[in-house]
Amino acid sequence: MIEGSGIIRRNLLTTFHCHVMIKERQGVMKNLFATRWGIIGVGTFIGAVAALLQYWGNPGNMGICVACFERDIAGALGLHRAGVVQYIRPEIIGFVFGSLAAAMIFKEFRPRGGSAPIVRFVLGAFAMIGALVFLGCPWRAMLRLAGGDGNAILGIIGLIAGVWIGTRFLKNGYSLGRTHKFSATAGWVLPAIFAFFFLLMLIYPPSEGMAKNGVLFYSTKGPGAMHAPIFVSLLVGLAIGFIAQRSRFCTMGAFRDLILFKQTHLFSGVVALVVFAFITNLILGQFHPGFKNQPVSHTLHIWNALGMVLAGLAFALAGGCPGRQLFLSGEGDADAGVFVLGMIFGAGISHNFGLASSPSGLGPHGIAAVVIGLAVCLVIGFTIKPQTARR
Amino acid sequence: MSTTVDARGLSCPQPVLMALDEIKKTTGTELVVLVDTEASKENVSRAVESQGWQVREIREDGETYQLDIQKA
Repeated sequence: MIEGSGIIRRNLLTTFHCHVMIKERQGVMKNLFATRWGIIGVGTFIGAVAALLQYWGNPGNMGICVACFERDIAGALGLHRAGVVQYIRPEIIGFVFGSLAAAMIFKEFRPRGGSAPIVRFVLGAFAMIGALVFLGCPWRAMLRLAGGDGNAILGIIGLIAGVWIGTRFLKNGYSLGRTHKFSATAGWVLPAIFAFFFLLMLIYPPSEGMAKNGVLFYSTKGPGAMHAPIFVSLLVGLAIGFIAQRSRFCTMGAFRDLILFKQTHLFSGVVALVVFAFITNLILGQFHPGFKNQPVSHTLHIWNALGMVLAGLAFALAGGCPGRQLFLSGEGDADAGVFVLGMIFGAGISHNFGLASSPSGLGPHGIAAVVIGLAVCLVIGFTIKPQTARR
Repeated sequence: MSTTVDARGLSCPQPVLMALDEIKKTTGTELVVLVDTEASKENVSRAVESQGWQVREIREDGETYQLDIQKA
């Protein structure tokens, strides 16, 4: 009898293990987006629709730019008063909610946080400041390249250099520490904030020639006045958010993993993005090779590179590019949400303090901002070490 | 008794760094890695497989994924 129950127990255990393994295999099957072809498909889709968004109204080589679009949101809220860059970009809101939907459907919504949030806020602010010296985040750097803007090459070199510095810190034990499980409400905070912004835009929609509607500021000219129809932008954002959450698409991780592990997984997604944005640009007549007179860009090579060194380093220290931070926010990662808010804060001071570049060149304090930003990131990289103790 | 790497709560790419460091250090042929996100689970699996190790089994216990890894 005792012998018998032992066998039953062993059988039950075996059945349990089989069950777990079968479940796991199904899980792998389910997430096709996490395969090599999955990530290439995601990059292809993002590249093609980004170029299409330009065709549908977004600014030149700016079908999607997470930094620029968050900066436009900061402007729409009046956190800076640069009149040409004010618009609640629905793509950004779509990114968060597309990811949220994917995370909910696939049971990956895990509210978490508490891993040095104030450091992440500062990293977000300096990532934005660096990106606005170059005039674009890694997403836009790729799209600028795909549109023929040679200045993007300098930005991408800077980005790689910044990520490389970040990988040295990671190798030497840099860590912002562990996250902790949060209650569901905490995971909903960033999505709720962005939903509120979108609601404000529905209540006070943009109107031709109006610089303000209700509480929101709008651009009457410049990049902020150029946008695809609201619901097209939102739908594209939702689609990208959904597939990027599934595939873990990350423009910084692409270079980081290549440098750290010689892994080309994420990198292949970014290559697909550039190639298919380029092809779509060619078809739509949006490919104009050269350095001069490229849309929303300047030709100061050193500062194009150094701006992106700062941004790349900040993204590497925070563990994700600006897009990935939005997708993580959608999964309930409150620390990523703090990084996003840091970027919006950084956009505010970038324009208010004259740190951001413009097509006519650097802002009056752009150089000082890059130097200070690099110094701050180096201090963070050198001094923040892990608490190796287990939870 | 295999070594356990607890990478729960750590953000990218630390779980992968920790797993690969342990693979380099260990003289054994088995390793257990604990992570708590799907992304880390996929990243660690992909990384150890590129080093010639195999993920033999993945067990879910609440919010924790336990990856049993073995030298191929």
